[in-house]
Amino acid sequence: MRHFKGLAYPYVAWSFALIALPLLLIVLYAVTSGDNSLITIHFTLDNFRKIGDPVYMNVFAKSLEIGLIVTLICLVMAYPLAYIISWFNDEIQSILILVVTIPMWINTLLRTYAWVSLLSDNGLISQLLGIVGIHAPAMMYTNFAVIIGLVCDLLPFMVIPIHTSLTKMDYSLVEAAKDLGANNFQTFRKVILKLSLPGVINGVTLVFLCSISSFVVPVLLGGRQYMLIGNLIEQQFISIGDWNFGSAISVLLAIAILIVMSLMRRIDPDEKGEK
Amino acid sequence: MKEHPIIELKNITKNFGDQQVLRGIDLNIYENEFLTLLGPSGCGKTTILRIIGGFEEASDGQVLFNGDDIAKLPPYKREVNTVFQKYALFPFLNVYENVAFGLHLKNVDEDVIINKVDKMLTMVGLKGYEKRDVTSLSGGQQQRVAIARALINEPKVLLLDEPLGALDAKLRKDMQIELKKIQKEVGITFVFVTHDQEEALTMSDTIVVMNDGIVQQIGSPIDIYNEPQNRFVAEFIGESNIIEGTMIRDCLVKFDGIEWECVDKGFRENEEIEVVLRPEDMDVIPATDAKLCGKIVSKVFMGVHYEYMVETANRQYKVHTTENYELGTEIGLTIDPYDIQVMHIG
Repeated sequence: MRHFKGLAYPYVAWSFALIALPLLLIVLYAVTSGDNSLITIHFTLDNFRKIGDPVYMNVFAKSLEIGLIVTLICLVMAYPLAYIISWFNDEIQSILILVVTIPMWINTLLRTYAWVSLLSDNGLISQLLGIVGIHAPAMMYTNFAVIIGLVCDLLPFMVIPIHTSLTKMDYSLVEAAKDLGANNFQTFRKVILKLSLPGVINGVTLVFLCSISSFVVPVLLGGRQYMLIGNLIEQQFISIGDWNFGSAISVLLAIAILIVMSLMRRIDPDEKGEK
Repeated sequence: MKEHPIIELKNITKNFGDQQVLRGIDLNIYENEFLTLLGPSGCGKTTILRIIGGFEEASDGQVLFNGDDIAKLPPYKREVNTVFQKYALFPFLNVYENVAFGLHLKNVDEDVIINKVDKMLTMVGLKGYEKRDVTSLSGGQQQRVAIARALINEPKVLLLDEPLGALDAKLRKDMQIELKKIQKEVGITFVFVTHDQEEALTMSDTIVVMNDGIVQQIGSPIDIYNEPQNRFVAEFIGESNIIEGTMIRDCLVKFDGIEWECVDKGFRENEEIEVVLRPEDMDVIPATDAKLCGKIVSKVFMGVHYEYMVETANRQYKVHTTENYELGTEIGLTIDPYDIQVMHIG
């Protein structure tokens, strides 16, 4: 294989140009003030101090809250779904997984607009409720709408890793548990749940990270005033034009994500390695 | 000992799709016996084990346990435990927790569990390994944990699905002896599945030879080896020369144009039969004294003995002997009457 090594250099170059360089630039923006030219660079930590402002801390707290709620709902919905899918034979399983992932083929923007037309004041849902005589409360521009949008968006990211870990599970362990006297519920609790934990951890990590950094769904379903970290960054870059502050938030978010991932990895039995 | 069977299989058939893997199995398994299901892969032996364990349901026929039909009983309600082929130890539990798994399910007092696990691990020679991660153990040690984990539940029958298959030759031999010892010690029935005829011969009280979903022969290792009932059994177990011949009358058989005295009875006069001659039962004598003569055409040193191929007028015979002869030597062959095993054809 060694003489193919040279072929990797273009890839390394591209990775550097497309991944590492932008990251470095963001870090550079985050630790400098806005009045830089190419010659004079003023380093400062003011951008990070600014995040301490309660206005921004609230945005972080809210993002965290929404992220946790969305992750929890996805987990509760996805686990049974993935488990039931894993009961079928291979062919039906791949069809069902396809069905779960079909929404991902459609652009997020379109899917989210579909929710707008469903949830809006004279949308489909309130009209249907109106027919049976229930006056629907306002659903658009609420936490409820944002959470629904995000759950709908991110559910496949929870279902797929859990389903994968359930299907690659060594079935003889399940038989062993039953053989040793475990009924179906005990087998699930003591063996299947434990064996699917890596999938759960992957799913939770994916969904949580995607939901705290999302910005299309909050804007469309939460309204312009609805502010999560993703929207805050977008606002700083696009509307206000404070790239330095926007970069500082991004860096902080990246650090937070790394911490979450390393925490998750610690729980994951597969990542423990040799003791 | 053999008064009443603990497990009875009655006319069991099993189909997977349109493939029939068991075609009418009748089998009685008795208390305290070490019974081996022996056959080539795909013969249905593991399926029988899984039907007894409750992991497969027979397509037809009855499974009786102490006289009760257990066909509909789920695995966790059966008084049998299984040692799985790949051990199936729980990777997220340590040795102690693996062995204690069954007792924890029954909410047994932890003091009692500690005691019993200790006893089991002592029996399988793994005392002091309680806190070890099962994934850090060698194959042989994992095997012992699996046995301890099954036996701690005090099953009436222990099912073992090719448990020694993944071990190296030396360890296999040790485990064979140890398994037999454990079986004597706990005094329960072991049903052991293997495709290794030597393993079956050394460990079993009863061997069930299977092929193609049918029981070929049931008997003690000595019976199976010395008196195979058909060609399949003779070829599968040990090495053999199988020769077509004619039964002249009781105790007289003719093959290769020579009449031989034997001890088999109950065949029709002049019935076409097959004769099994084990290579180690072929005695070499001076050619001048022999009814059957031949020339040594190949010679292989096998350790304890030599394996010769002897070319005679009608065929080559495989002969095992510790004597050293030169290639090309003319020798005579003779067989004692009790070493000739006559079988029906088919």
